[in-house]
Amino acid sequence: MKKWENEWPKKDTHYHNHQNKKMAHINLGNELPGIRGPMAFRPETAKPLNELAEILLRDDNNTLSRGERELIATYVSYLNNCFFCQNAHGGIAQYYLQCDIQFIDGVKKDFNSMAVTNKMKALLSVAASVQKGGKFVTTEQIEAAKNAGATDIEIHDTVLIAAAFCMFNRYVDGLGTSAPTDRQFYIGRGKQRAEEGYLHFDLYK
Amino acid sequence: MAHIKVEEGVPGIRSLVMFRPETGKPLYELAQVLLRGPSPLSEAERELIAAYVSKRNDTVFCMMSHAAASRELYGDNRNIVDEVLKDMLHSGVSDKMKALLNIAGKVQILGKEVLPEDIAAARLFGADDREIHDTVLIAASFSMFNRYVDGLASFTPTDTATYEEMGKRMAEKGYALPQSSK
Repeated sequence: MKKWENEWPKKDTHYHNHQNKKMAHINLGNELPGIRGPMAFRPETAKPLNELAEILLRDDNNTLSRGERELIATYVSYLNNCFFCQNAHGGIAQYYLQCDIQFIDGVKKDFNSMAVTNKMKALLSVAASVQKGGKFVTTEQIEAAKNAGATDIEIHDTVLIAAAFCMFNRYVDGLGTSAPTDRQFYIGRGKQRAEEGYLHFDLYK
Repeated sequence: MAHIKVEEGVPGIRSLVMFRPETGKPLYELAQVLLRGPSPLSEAERELIAAYVSKRNDTVFCMMSHAAASRELYGDNRNIVDEVLKDMLHSGVSDKMKALLNIAGKVQILGKEVLPEDIAAARLFGADDREIHDTVLIAASFSMFNRYVDGLASFTPTDTATYEEMGKRMAEKGYALPQSSK
């Protein structure tokens, strides 16, 4: 057996803070929840990540509403089982769509049975395929989206939002960041993030 | 044929960012800072992580181009790249790189697959927090880039010479947003 396999440690080496609360896999130098932790740890990469989120989710020069784009982000984060992202973006979607958490949960569970447009149903189906892997997107799914009125840019943005959340979700969970477990917390934050956006906000507030 | 109307004959992500430069800008900035900016990992090592994740996602365009860039950057040690893509655990990379590539492979599956013992193994072989962070974000970002390229069925050249040339350009010039010829 090679040295590398031989010396594989088995004990839990998670950082713990003074209250013995589980910390992220690495010492981020802060106790911020979710993605804000690694963003504060490494601002150089946080900058393009936040710029991407702003243009993709919040720019008003887009025929998909902010609420629809946040709903795609929420749904993909749910499929990736990322608690922080699905609740953070669910809270923002809820604010934009003026709906309740039952609606958001209904979309996650079975968007086809919910009151969303046929175009959104077709786009959510494309997003679900992207979550599995790019090659899972079929020509039939794209045709269905186009027949339901989706433009090339809307299809592009749907694919990129889904792909981007396959990144954000892995960043958040791959570093073992902590997240508040009370879902109500995120609904309160949703309004704040919707108003402040992703570019000019204080990571520590 | 790509799923949307992009410029014909332009390969992979280049065709997509030319179609939508507004989102292309932060994507190329991310690639530049992550793969070329200051990091305790060498540019060759970071390109290798990108190629390794793309291989696991079966995204030929990203795998071939980033492998070519990594070979170029490794110079005389270029064989390392193909060894890793063939059989990472038995390749000639350092134990630290094996532990980091193991983390990248876990991230490729899903974030929660990364376990405390994966992190501990990387630490044992000398990886610091910054190296672990960069590895996780490179692996996560290629989980995005791969899906973007394949999800829109962008054009994937099949000849190795095209990728060799691409790799040289990526190694020398890094990532600057391509401009449309139109």
